Amino acid sequence: MSFNNLDQLYRQVIMDHYKTPRNKGTLEEDSVNIEMNNPTCGDRIQLTLQVEDGIVKDAKFDGEGCSISMASASMMTQAVKGKDVDSALKMSEIFSDMMLGKEYDDSVDLGDIEALQGVSKFPARIKCATLAWKAMEKGVHEEEKS
Amino acid sequence: MNPEIKSYFPILNQEINGHPLVYLDSAATSQKPTPVIEALKEYYEFDNSNVHRGVHTLGNRATEKYEGAREKVQQFIKANSTQEIVFLRGTTTAINLVAQSYGRANVEEGDEIVITYMEHHSNIIPWQQLAKERGAVLKYIELEEDGTISLENVRAAITDRTKIVSMVYVSNVLGTMNPVKEVAKIAHEHGAVMMVDGAQAAPHLKIDVQDLDCDFFAFSGHKMVGPTGIGVLYGKKHLLEAMEPVEFGGEMIDFVGLYDSTWKELPWKFEGGTPIIAGAVGLAAAIDFLQNIGLDEIEKHEHHMAAMAMDKMSKIEGLDIYGPTDPAKRAGIVTFNLKEVHPHDVATVLDMSGIAVRAGHHCAQPLMKWLDVTATARASFYLYNDESDIDRLVEGLRSAKEYFSDVF
Repeated sequence: MSFNNLDQLYRQVIMDHYKTPRNKGTLEEDSVNIEMNNPTCGDRIQLTLQVEDGIVKDAKFDGEGCSISMASASMMTQAVKGKDVDSALKMSEIFSDMMLGKEYDDSVDLGDIEALQGVSKFPARIKCATLAWKAMEKGVHEEEKS
Repeated sequence: MNPEIKSYFPILNQEINGHPLVYLDSAATSQKPTPVIEALKEYYEFDNSNVHRGVHTLGNRATEKYEGAREKVQQFIKANSTQEIVFLRGTTTAINLVAQSYGRANVEEGDEIVITYMEHHSNIIPWQQLAKERGAVLKYIELEEDGTISLENVRAAITDRTKIVSMVYVSNVLGTMNPVKEVAKIAHEHGAVMMVDGAQAAPHLKIDVQDLDCDFFAFSGHKMVGPTGIGVLYGKKHLLEAMEPVEFGGEMIDFVGLYDSTWKELPWKFEGGTPIIAGAVGLAAAIDFLQNIGLDEIEKHEHHMAAMAMDKMSKIEGLDIYGPTDPAKRAGIVTFNLKEVHPHDVATVLDMSGIAVRAGHHCAQPLMKWLDVTATARASFYLYNDESDIDRLVEGLRSAKEYFSDVF
């Protein structure tokens, strides 16, 4: 059986992040801690962010879920680390547009994240990919409030 | 099972992602046969009207059909009278009604409500809410290692403080068929009432509520080839009579004064608002369809499907099946995980091959915790599935395994 269309979803770089996730774990001190789950399927993510002077200094995630949700979390932490909060939120917006199949701002270098573009063709899996980004947005807003 | 049965289900005759559809998600909702679809169409094209009011001919016809459906349900589950059959939206609504009406009136601080680890969320949360409100204790019956329930554990959990025992007849995850008749007996010995969640049982087994001697029994039409939005609460007459309605408005009243009102008699006092008339008509057609084939025949077919699926699936290396290993102890539900491949990924690969299975926690998070997994995949079989569907599933699972071993 051939699965050409599946290859759009499960790109090599995604499976690489799934197999060897970057920034796995939890940050200890001075970090915001966000737990989020996807109630329809049981995916769960715990994200810790260290935000200082408007910069995301460090980010780590832990959790359980499918290849798409865990790979996306790994890529997200990699992408936002070292970015200022506005850029991180801007990236999240671009990612959301990408998932919805909308035109998105391609002036920003998305790196590995680009590989997740194929998810937009699998409506049932979009929520898997956006979970970690939603957690990041929530964490940044919580940090801003405090 | 007659191979022609499939042809009664128009939806099955289509391709999904370039492959003929294999529908293995009937535990979530079943597909609908032509006679049910036709019954709904006929009702709306010829008989549609509101019930129990008006003098005109259509009103009478709609009322006759709606109340005729009630008689059909009464006979289907062998209730003593149509007064014991309440039409509601589904199993969830039925359990909530019992919790909010019977529960609030009978459960006091320190009393116990007993359920099991294998309940669907709809048979957990109404009791959690009731327990919190009344200061009662919610207790869970432990499961055996194979996902069955032992009567010893039931006896250990139910005490004289127990007011309500509520248990699923057939587990939507493990497929386990529970000894609800024996549990009802134990509950009664302690003065508790027994509620049975029959959502996965009514589509597949002959139900006899008087033989089970349960006090309440709930099920949904859409899981038994009927339409969505119609379900049934059965309750023993003396219990329902003593219960207060939880929804108030039109249809359920007898006399309305400025400051006080009285209710209609059973079962209408629980059916506030315009009832689910077309749903009931569709449910009656569904019951006819199932009875023409024979519930015994359907049950036999499902045991056969479960046995065959378990046999063929267990030959796939790295595939774990949850629940009773003895197919005779389970309905046509096989929940599984493929090593190293998350169930969502399994379900996506199968979908690309035209095979529909469920992946996730199946609205049973406490059970997932007990199984020590976050999610599982589930194939559920019904009367329209046959051996070729199992072969397609097994082939799909082998491809999924291969695909993910390649990408790793």
